[in-house]
Amino acid sequence: MTVAGRHDPFGIHGIIVLLTGLGCAFCLIRDYYTPEPGADRLSSYYDEPIKAGILLALIWALIGMFFGDWVAWLLAYPQMTFDADWSSFGRMRPIHTTGVIFGFGGNALIATSFHVMQRTCRTRLADQLTPWFVLVGYNLFCIIAVTGYLMGVTQSKEYAEPEWYADIWLVVVWVAYFALYLRTLARRREPHIYVANWYYLAFILVVAMLHIVNNLALPASLARAKSYSLFSGVQDAMVQWWYGHNAVAFFLTAGFLGMLYYYLPKRAGRPIYSYRMSIVGFWGITFFYVWVGSHHLHYTALPQWVQTLGMTFSVMLLIPSWIAAANALLTLNGAWHKVREDATLRFMMVAAVFYGLSTFEGSFLAIRPVNSLSHYTDWTIAHVHAGTLGWNSMIIFGAIYYLVPQLWKRPHMHSPALVEFHFWSAIAGTFIYVFAMWNSGITQGLMWRAYNQSGTLAYSFLDSVMAMHPYYIARAFGGLLFLIGTMVGVYNVWRTIQAAPAHLTQTEQPALPGSPQAAPLVGS
Amino acid sequence: MGLIERDPHTGHGTTGHEWNGIKELNTAVPWAVWAFLIAAFAFALTWWILMPAWPLGTTYTKGLLGADERQTVAAGLRTAAERRADWTGRIEKERFSAIRSDPALMRDVRQAGHALFGDNCAACHGVGAKGGPGFPDLTDKAWLWGGSPDAILQTLRVGVNSEHVDSRVSQMPAWGRDGMLKDDAIRNAVAYVYSLSHPGTAKEALSGDAAAGKAVFSANCSACHGASAKGNTQMGAPDLTDRFWLYGGDEASIYESVYNGRQGHMPTWDKRLTPVERKILTLYILYLGRGAR
Repeated sequence: MTVAGRHDPFGIHGIIVLLTGLGCAFCLIRDYYTPEPGADRLSSYYDEPIKAGILLALIWALIGMFFGDWVAWLLAYPQMTFDADWSSFGRMRPIHTTGVIFGFGGNALIATSFHVMQRTCRTRLADQLTPWFVLVGYNLFCIIAVTGYLMGVTQSKEYAEPEWYADIWLVVVWVAYFALYLRTLARRREPHIYVANWYYLAFILVVAMLHIVNNLALPASLARAKSYSLFSGVQDAMVQWWYGHNAVAFFLTAGFLGMLYYYLPKRAGRPIYSYRMSIVGFWGITFFYVWVGSHHLHYTALPQWVQTLGMTFSVMLLIPSWIAAANALLTLNGAWHKVREDATLRFMMVAAVFYGLSTFEGSFLAIRPVNSLSHYTDWTIAHVHAGTLGWNSMIIFGAIYYLVPQLWKRPHMHSPALVEFHFWSAIAGTFIYVFAMWNSGITQGLMWRAYNQSGTLAYSFLDSVMAMHPYYIARAFGGLLFLIGTMVGVYNVWRTIQAAPAHLTQTEQPALPGSPQAAPLVGS
Repeated sequence: MGLIERDPHTGHGTTGHEWNGIKELNTAVPWAVWAFLIAAFAFALTWWILMPAWPLGTTYTKGLLGADERQTVAAGLRTAAERRADWTGRIEKERFSAIRSDPALMRDVRQAGHALFGDNCAACHGVGAKGGPGFPDLTDKAWLWGGSPDAILQTLRVGVNSEHVDSRVSQMPAWGRDGMLKDDAIRNAVAYVYSLSHPGTAKEALSGDAAAGKAVFSANCSACHGASAKGNTQMGAPDLTDRFWLYGGDEASIYESVYNGRQGHMPTWDKRLTPVERKILTLYILYLGRGAR
């Protein structure tokens, strides 16, 4: 890659891949002379990749949210690009989305799935090397993606910007991830498969399908970054939004419901409210979601019958979504006093509430007449961030605050007060952000359709842009609060890890229950 | 199947499964959930019956309402045009002077002109039509191609240095870069031009000799700008004696204009706007500059 693409950004990506490969080879060779690990290692959970995944997720959170807030200020003060190519809105915005969705969300999903699958299957990860391959390979994909944006490498598909070579690499990584999950499930020592695993599996399987189909493209040359999509025109738009909305459905919803279904009952110490609701919710969500992508293309060249299907399935989708949210909140019955006292559990509770709110909003916005007002406005941005800040980030932080003390063998986080601070700054940031964008979005929508007495448009587009200025400042401020909360959280996690007793983290792994020398595993 | 327990808080039994301490209650799905599912499906079914919905090979179910996006948009545009027809018809037919003396008609011009100007002109000329370096101020008295309604309308239609066959064409040659004048001749001419709009400037304050520059001006510049440097709206040559400057009126800017030349560009709006819209914009621009005349 490095040699063939030396006149192209492709070559710089070649260097990154080469360095990563050398780094991995070094790590493997370094351990060549260490003695063969004993068989007793197989009787303990394999938590090292989980720890690495959590730290990577936090690093990506800082990167992604920093760029997010930068582009938010950029919208209010366009001169903040400082006249450089790489800092233009079109290049930094995908860094934000890729950084938070794939970097932060993806690493959190991989790390928690490794944790949940081991605990609920009562077995060790099926392999020693594959978890590391998945984790390192996935992060290599993310790095190739964001460095590519800085150099202007993109295939211009929202949330699927990385070019063909990064896409092919992700397929390899993802298939390994899927196989690892199935192999671990096959080794399970529980008769039944827990709900969280259904969701994680749906996430891995469907994301693979979406990713492969939407990224079908012909490279312009094997030594160049550029490729051409297999689809064009309205078919391309439909495939893109079938992908785009199901990325929301199976990346940002199914995987995160898996997280919710494990960490919330665990932290609350309550049984899941209804197994039957879990089943109806799961099959409802997986069945309805795959139809709804076309609601992103209302009133476009897409045939109306496709829009109708997207809209009606979106409306029906609300019911299973709310079943899942209700099942989570009803699980808290009998543990509400813990929600009041424990910020970690409160993160999870708020996540479930925001999940319910944003799925309601999503179904509402998918109704065609509503969409005619909201489409192309900041209302969509408000909706997305109610979901990503209020639901995805909150459940990740809840899970991280639950996991970090446990994995690093601490009684609790370094500072519970800072967890509390993080919670309130995240909540305040989310509310300010979402309210600012609701206001600006509805203002935009109304201005664009306003007529004066003469029967012509009352406002130019520029008028609506200038009207957004105060809301954009408020939004950037809300985002800043959220970013500050995250920075405090990262600091807190760092101090917790530093304080961890070194001998424990290095050597002692808890024994698996059911293995020959095992004591029952408590509390993890 | 493990041991089924009863949860003391809710009174529901568990399923008997347990995963690392997590249990599940076997609570029945509440009737409201089924009711809402049925209601949502009924809504979807109704919509499918009324609207285009399901594919049937090469065609699709058309729906009882016979809705068609294309026709809906076309009908909406038609209705909107009809609502405007009473005054747009008058704009189309009547003379500029008649329109400008009718307050009711001018109100329509102002309302329609605001969005038209914002969406088409403001990107270069600014929201308030005040222009900027290289982009003329439309509210002042200086007009490169004439400030009469007909001249403005013509400029809007064909543009300046545009791809339109009848485009207005103007060019300020690059006297220095293309080697047509020596540098000291340019400096003298610049000093002369500067002194025209700044009478009484001390000789020492200028880097060239204004008196010598007058001869350079007569030999080279007066063909377009006129012997008295009052400009020529037939060629888009600006008046150099007034205080309006498109590219800046200080010595350095004038030197830059003379040395490297200038060639402005204004797109043609012949295909992008209708005749009525161009007429509205002409009237709107004249209205914006009403203080200057």
